[in-house]
Amino acid sequence: MTNAMELYQMLPKTNCKKCGKTSCMAFAVSLMAHELTPEDCPPLKDEPKYKENYEKISELFKPSESATETGLIVHEDLCFGCGNCVVACPPNVANDPHGIGSGKAPTNPNKLVLAVEDGIVKAQNLGECRRFGKNKILCNGCIVTCPVEAIEFV
Amino acid sequence: MEKNYHVCTGCGLLCDDIEVESENNIVNKVYTACRVGVAHMKEARRGEADFLVDNKPVDEATAISEAASILKNARNPLIFGLGTSTSETQKIAIELAKKINATLDDTSSFCLGPLAEALIQDKLKTCTLDDVRNKADVIIYWGTDPSDSHPRLLSKHSYFPRGTEKQRGWEEERTAIAIDVRKSHTAKICGNYFFQIPPKGDAEFIDAMIAGLSGKLPKTSYNYPPKKILELANILKGAKFGVMFVGRGLIYSLENLEPLFKLMEILNEKANFHLIPMVSSSNTMGFNENLFAETGYVNSVKFENGTAKHGPEYSVVESLKAKSVDAALIIGSDPLLFLPGSIAKNMLEIPVISMDHCETLTSKHSKVYINTAINGVEAGGSSIRMDRVKMSFEPVIETNHLSEEVILKKIMEAL
Repeated sequence: MTNAMELYQMLPKTNCKKCGKTSCMAFAVSLMAHELTPEDCPPLKDEPKYKENYEKISELFKPSESATETGLIVHEDLCFGCGNCVVACPPNVANDPHGIGSGKAPTNPNKLVLAVEDGIVKAQNLGECRRFGKNKILCNGCIVTCPVEAIEFV
Repeated sequence: MEKNYHVCTGCGLLCDDIEVESENNIVNKVYTACRVGVAHMKEARRGEADFLVDNKPVDEATAISEAASILKNARNPLIFGLGTSTSETQKIAIELAKKINATLDDTSSFCLGPLAEALIQDKLKTCTLDDVRNKADVIIYWGTDPSDSHPRLLSKHSYFPRGTEKQRGWEEERTAIAIDVRKSHTAKICGNYFFQIPPKGDAEFIDAMIAGLSGKLPKTSYNYPPKKILELANILKGAKFGVMFVGRGLIYSLENLEPLFKLMEILNEKANFHLIPMVSSSNTMGFNENLFAETGYVNSVKFENGTAKHGPEYSVVESLKAKSVDAALIIGSDPLLFLPGSIAKNMLEIPVISMDHCETLTSKHSKVYINTAINGVEAGGSSIRMDRVKMSFEPVIETNHLSEEVILKKIMEAL
């Protein structure tokens, strides 16, 4: 992924405020945080001279379109359902210590962030994920325990 | 609400916490199982004919009588497979082998048979997977990659779960170590505790570990850094409940099991170590136990007038190589696919009866093919898990196909 400064270089840099932000730099930061999309910048989207940059930025964000609110992406073709991430996920352990936390089938599925369905891990109840919301913690429990890098955060 | 859990017979782990949604006898959704388990559960069902003779559909009676006549006319038939069969089926197969003076073997003769034998004879200290989950602090994966072969071993039993005596989890209380010739998926999880050795370097590595454990300078011909071996020895010495999961990578590399016995002995002088073999099929361990109870051997036997002879010459590989068998009954296995071509081709010269729930290379080249119910999905019974714990299971869905047990009984009657 890129950084806010690189994104800023591709923006019109006119500080027109049409996006609702006070400056193009602020817009770039919001893009990075997935609060806004490239479409939220009207000049970038509509003016032909920015067409190339608009396409470039859109391309950058394409892989993260399938991402959840926490930025989590599961590469289903890689995941083989070992369940390491499900058992290692701290909110999962806290919400279901005698089920998932002990390696067994979930006994409290409504509170789990990750669960294995048809051999592939599925993200759910994202409000429980440590990466959710304003006070998020950059927890990496599910990433470091995956042997095939099937989980990614953007 | 009381949940209805099923046992997955996809591998030797026999996970007992699988939930299944099915409709009209078709499995739609499988929860908690890995991809191996899901593929196994969803394997049913297939359009081929139930009974084939010379690749032409026939009725049940014809197939059974043809199978019986092949076995009856054979001087020395071979019965092979049974790794995924239920214990009940295996016991009948042993009876059948006795009755027709057959050579009886399963895949353990070229896999982990020697290790299973040592465990059954109590020559090695072992424990159950539940003990591992609750107590283990040092876990070694040697010559095995459970992430690929037994995907839920790390998450359900060994490294990641919180056990009764390991509440602070893998981050603080458990150390996972991988010893392998390549950086496997499991080795990746072990991080800094991955010890990469050259192929066939296991025996020397064991010697170096023993030296390290005894406070001597560990040396190997491939110049493995002594500092790393000493570091490993220190971790092992501190184990309160250590477990070594041993796979074919280690067994194939050793001439015999003596170095492993010696290592376990020294480890148990310094710490508390257990060994569990990474048995791949769902009931290979059951076959070894059942045959041992009957004959005193775990595989490679030849029955003669009620007594059993044992030796490597009665293994599937050697008996096919020497062409000493003149017919074969293959149950739930595909030797034509996995045996070396030069040996497997000898199977094409003898009449073969194949019992399997799907079409295989062996079934395609069989005189008689009988399509059976899938054990653990369409047929119930019991199996022995890789840690020698008995697991019983009920069928998940109904089927019209006969189970291996019923077919073997019918063949027995026809004889």
